[in-house]
Amino acid sequence: MIWQPFFYTMNLSIKTYLSKNVSAAPLAFFRICFGLMMCFGMIRFWYHGWIDTLYIQPKFNFSYYGFEFIKPLGVYTYLLFVICGLSALFIAFGLKYRIAIITFFLSFTYIELMDKTTYLNHYYFISLLSFLMIFLPANAYFSLDNLLRKKRYETIPKWTTDAIKLLLGIVYFYAGLAKLNSDWLFKAMPLKIWLPSKYDLPLIGESLMSQNWFHYAMSWSGALYDLSIPFLLLYKKTRWFAFALVVFFHVFTRVLFPIGMFPFIMIVSTLIFFEADFHKKIIAFLKRIFRLETNKPSILKVESYKFSYRKPLLITLSLFFCIQLLFPFRYLLYPNELFWTEEGFRFSWRVMLMEKMGMSTFKIVNAKTDDYFYVDNKDFLTPFQEKQMSFQPDFILEYAHFLGDHFTAQGHENVQVFVESYVALNGRLSALFIDKYVDLYQEKESLKPKHWILPLKDEIKGL
Amino acid sequence: MTRKIFLLTVITIFVIACGASSDDDPDSGNVTDGFDRGALLTNLADNLIIPAFQDLNVKLTTLKTDKDAFISVPDQTNLDVLRASWLSAYKAWQHVEMYNIGKAEGILYSFQMNVYPVSTIDVEANVSSGGYDLTHTNNNDAVGFPAVDYMLYGIADDDATILGKYSDAKYKTYLSDLINQMQSLTETVLDDWTSSYKATFVSSTSNTVTSSLNKLINDYIFYYEKGLRANKFGIPGGVFSTSPLPEKVEAFYSKELSKELALEALNSVQNIFNGKHYSSNTTGESFKSYLVYLERNDLVTLINSRFDAARVKIETLDANFSTQINTDNAKITEAFDALQLVVVSLKVDMLQAFNISVDFVDADGD
Repeated sequence: MIWQPFFYTMNLSIKTYLSKNVSAAPLAFFRICFGLMMCFGMIRFWYHGWIDTLYIQPKFNFSYYGFEFIKPLGVYTYLLFVICGLSALFIAFGLKYRIAIITFFLSFTYIELMDKTTYLNHYYFISLLSFLMIFLPANAYFSLDNLLRKKRYETIPKWTTDAIKLLLGIVYFYAGLAKLNSDWLFKAMPLKIWLPSKYDLPLIGESLMSQNWFHYAMSWSGALYDLSIPFLLLYKKTRWFAFALVVFFHVFTRVLFPIGMFPFIMIVSTLIFFEADFHKKIIAFLKRIFRLETNKPSILKVESYKFSYRKPLLITLSLFFCIQLLFPFRYLLYPNELFWTEEGFRFSWRVMLMEKMGMSTFKIVNAKTDDYFYVDNKDFLTPFQEKQMSFQPDFILEYAHFLGDHFTAQGHENVQVFVESYVALNGRLSALFIDKYVDLYQEKESLKPKHWILPLKDEIKGL
Repeated sequence: MTRKIFLLTVITIFVIACGASSDDDPDSGNVTDGFDRGALLTNLADNLIIPAFQDLNVKLTTLKTDKDAFISVPDQTNLDVLRASWLSAYKAWQHVEMYNIGKAEGILYSFQMNVYPVSTIDVEANVSSGGYDLTHTNNNDAVGFPAVDYMLYGIADDDATILGKYSDAKYKTYLSDLINQMQSLTETVLDDWTSSYKATFVSSTSNTVTSSLNKLINDYIFYYEKGLRANKFGIPGGVFSTSPLPEKVEAFYSKELSKELALEALNSVQNIFNGKHYSSNTTGESFKSYLVYLERNDLVTLINSRFDAARVKIETLDANFSTQINTDNAKITEAFDALQLVVVSLKVDMLQAFNISVDFVDADGD
């Protein structure tokens, strides 16, 4: 067979790659930063009162398909955040690392699954990253576990740090691919809407933000940035320059948009691309400042970390990355315009990609008598929930069922639920979004295309 | 190579940013990128808001005078004069209800002026007890225009009996207190606008939840959706309840005025949108010209045609909405549907075009 030598070489090079080792310092440093930032993130969330306003106050929560059983826990939701924050701190210290990272992954993911109103790509990123980190020896070096187990490792398999780089690379590159569409590139949408509204920024507010060329420059350079940054970070020659770009880009977007901690998480994360010397210097510096000593003679210095269940682990992670590479393309299985129907929109690194607003008014009809009345959404939803519900079909359906159940329980008979929903996408005039003659109470949520979404009367070309 | 291109781009952007900002006018507190939002607020304040409050204050002062005349001689002539001046003030009110900003917001002005349906039980209780705090929230539905509506038209079945009621000093006192309070509240709000608030108002043009520009836009849309669409049409027409509620129309007791007031309110919101001066045909900077600046002529045309379409629907209605509801409620819901389309244009399209910070939860974005 002609392919045989090829597979043989492939196999060999994969084997050599998997047996390569690198310093354990970069991953250890990454672990510390990750733990501290996540702990801070939890405190920040609490401090802003968001646990209350986003999870406890709402009378109704929007669930993810298949995760309907995950709900806020009343006042115990605070406990969940405590657990999540504490486990993040344990991660930072490298104390009982494996238990800590598993706890963090579970608690953080639970929090995100409680209500999809708060869905953000960067929360999804944190969930994925913490899942990946369960399998990585991030406590091999400069950790309290070293002291407990009286053992530390100088090197770890190269693929472990590369896995984090790969995940970061996917996030950036896919975010770039998603920008390759006609609205973003040839209409400069939605930046054409967002940037002029920042007219009150100092210095650049008045001069730049309303300039047409600037909208296009930002759109194109944004797409180019996302597509190229993983590669620029990968090569040593362009690394520092790439990092400068990362800092500039994320700080700039932080100034423009209310995106919380995400820019800083990304900036710090990209440090993993740097050489081990860089991380060793920082760790040495930390040791000096905090007078830490992990090189005690009582601690056994082991040259390289070895996994006990290497093969199943590698298979799991390969699968994980295959899914990561394919999952964002699931939108191709749906017939209609992705931005309009949002079927396959989430979990695909489509970050700040469109400006969409809607208004959905629900009509409760008695099927026998045709009597009807409209629902005041404020009676059931927080303003934030109402905003998110108004333009996302799966929210609309779930809410319609909630309303149907609610009014049936109140004693209304033959309840039908219709919606008059108008949505505006990227500065197009608002149009009817949902077929207003379809009784949503009879429609079931599924992964199948939703026939009751009316098509967008326009075409957005591209990926 | 890529590195050089990138560096060049970054440097160019910075140079342009610094260069362009150097010729800012340091004296100007307004932000001007090409559209002068300060001019928009100034036009609204000088030519719409303050003239409307002044007109309302004049008319309420007249109402006060006519009320005094009626109290001293409660006869049919004076009652007719009083009713006419009440109506003309009520119409002027339709031009200020949406400005729930500044002093008006601080003293809960509109809650003391036009909460309806009036609670006749509370009014009668106040009349007979003689001891009441008109500013108290429990009395919001026993004061203002709707309470005067009841006092002038509703306390008895016919005019002769109504006039008879005013031989009782308690009714005189309550009517007098109501009208004096309305005039005094209005003067408080007006004085604030003309003395200090205007300057604060027109200078607050940034895009934040608390800036006057954003608050005004939010108030405007909120008023349109709640004060006009829901209160005047939706609620009495029964679109939010299982059956129509004809007793919830505006000016229920005077019977023939709900349509006139609703049309006045619709004209008012459309004039604000177009920046048309109060009682003159001149126009100035407005939401309309802001949209034109943002190259959204399509939206301007659509909003005005939807306003016009809603007006056509309202004009077919009976002068008394409660009669209309009892005879053919479908026409009320048709008018409601036409008004609803404007809500869509304002709330979805216009807010998207302005991309203003609305008072949602300030959670993180993506």
